[in-house]
Amino acid sequence: MAVPSFLARERIIARPGFNRWLIPPAALAVHLCIGQAYATSVYKAALVSHFESSLTAIGIIFSIAIVMLGLSAAVFGTWVDKNGPRAAMFTAACFWSAGFLVGALGISTEQLWLVYLGYGVLGGIGLGIGYISPVSTLIKWFPDRPGLATGMAIMGFGGGALIASPLSRQLMNWYDPTYDGTVGTTPTGAAVAQLFVTLGLVYLVFMMFGAFIVRVPAPDWRPDGFDPSAVKAKSLVTTENVSANNAIKTPQFWLLWTVLFCNVTAGIGILEQAAPMIQDFFRNGETSTVVAATAAGFVGLLSLFNMAGRFVWSTTSDYIGRKPIYMVYLGVGLVLYVLLATVGSTATWVFVILAAIIISFYGGGFATVPAYLRDLFGTYQVGAIHGRLLTAWAAAGIAGPLIINGVLDARGTPGQLTAGDYRPALFIMVGLLAVGFIANLMIKPVAEKWFEPKNTDAPTTASTTGDRSLSR
Amino acid sequence: MSTPQHAGDQKATTHTPTALVAFAWALVGVPLAYGLYNTVKAASALFGG
Repeated sequence: MAVPSFLARERIIARPGFNRWLIPPAALAVHLCIGQAYATSVYKAALVSHFESSLTAIGIIFSIAIVMLGLSAAVFGTWVDKNGPRAAMFTAACFWSAGFLVGALGISTEQLWLVYLGYGVLGGIGLGIGYISPVSTLIKWFPDRPGLATGMAIMGFGGGALIASPLSRQLMNWYDPTYDGTVGTTPTGAAVAQLFVTLGLVYLVFMMFGAFIVRVPAPDWRPDGFDPSAVKAKSLVTTENVSANNAIKTPQFWLLWTVLFCNVTAGIGILEQAAPMIQDFFRNGETSTVVAATAAGFVGLLSLFNMAGRFVWSTTSDYIGRKPIYMVYLGVGLVLYVLLATVGSTATWVFVILAAIIISFYGGGFATVPAYLRDLFGTYQVGAIHGRLLTAWAAAGIAGPLIINGVLDARGTPGQLTAGDYRPALFIMVGLLAVGFIANLMIKPVAEKWFEPKNTDAPTTASTTGDRSLSR
Repeated sequence: MSTPQHAGDQKATTHTPTALVAFAWALVGVPLAYGLYNTVKAASALFGG
């Protein structure tokens, strides 16, 4: 599928002297917007009330979006690699923005299916394309620090929720003055519809800014002082290239899929239940020593560690290697989960520290995986391979809540659960992390038979065209 | 490390204005700082008793 010439990869090949530090903000401009997907709880109650529906029916909007994220990243990954980051970011911006606008129409006309179609399907496609759009470009601009580069972008996905939550509350307060953002007040459906229109337009402008400043490096470009042979010297790191179609035929891809699935499922186990979980862990009869405001603070703290873990751990992986850092995420994570299940209820600070570190590993797992893929399969179609790997996220998004909710439903009713009721779910997560740990241990360098012929390079080998961009 | 070099290309060089780089970082940094501030404020309830 051809793209208009102003979006084409050949139009955005950077000329010598281009400052690569313009690329991370371009990537962040996209990820900070699509990270809103983690802030849907802000208007969830309002939609339940507006549609006179259930939490489950409204929760489906988010579930559709995450499933579409995984599917579109997998399906459009090769298209993204072929046409470059500007075309991908532009397309993602259109879908993401259209998702909000169609969703707003659905809210205004009280047609829930339009919200499913808008935010769920269209928005979900924008999420998937947007999520992978800057990743391979960053890896090519920062071959010396791929973990740092992808960590910065994917940190933005975590950061997007931090921005969208307070911003949405503020906007809904403007559109419905009776709503003040505190527990017990709910904005009207009209206020949520206006919020959707506002976010749709603001995100469109913001993401377009990223699309128009992004550039790809020339095929023979390399950073000052960078020696590829020094990178190659590290174990598991290849300078060869494997196509996306071949990558999914290798055991390495499926082992890494298992690693990501286990790590994400375990993290979701806590994220899904964060606020009620901390209250249940310190429940004494009918009441908990942790009040609702404190529980909300705990959720905020987890968001911070989720975001920070993406940057800190992914950057650390540039120094200690990708396989060792996943041994930390999964191995240390496993020990922390055991501690959470056994001594987590002894003191609030113990619970908070354990959960915060676990969530930082969850974020780190997301942010480090593109660099791990680069190490194993090269840069040729790393975006497309990353897209296919994200189906593990979609699967974990279903499995994680199923495990935690299934166990808790069997143990009692919400509001009466205690720490002991969480133990079976936590030990299931321990088992999952053990599986992930073993899968990571089994990852070996990719066999030579999967390598592309030597003259194959990234799609940036396409011929250059006229010089019409401002700051290439 | 901030300004990479190009090896072997014969095309004219370019210069990315520092102001453009600063503007781009500010555009993403300011909203992020707003989000961080609000989240830290919410998380402080955890330690405020």
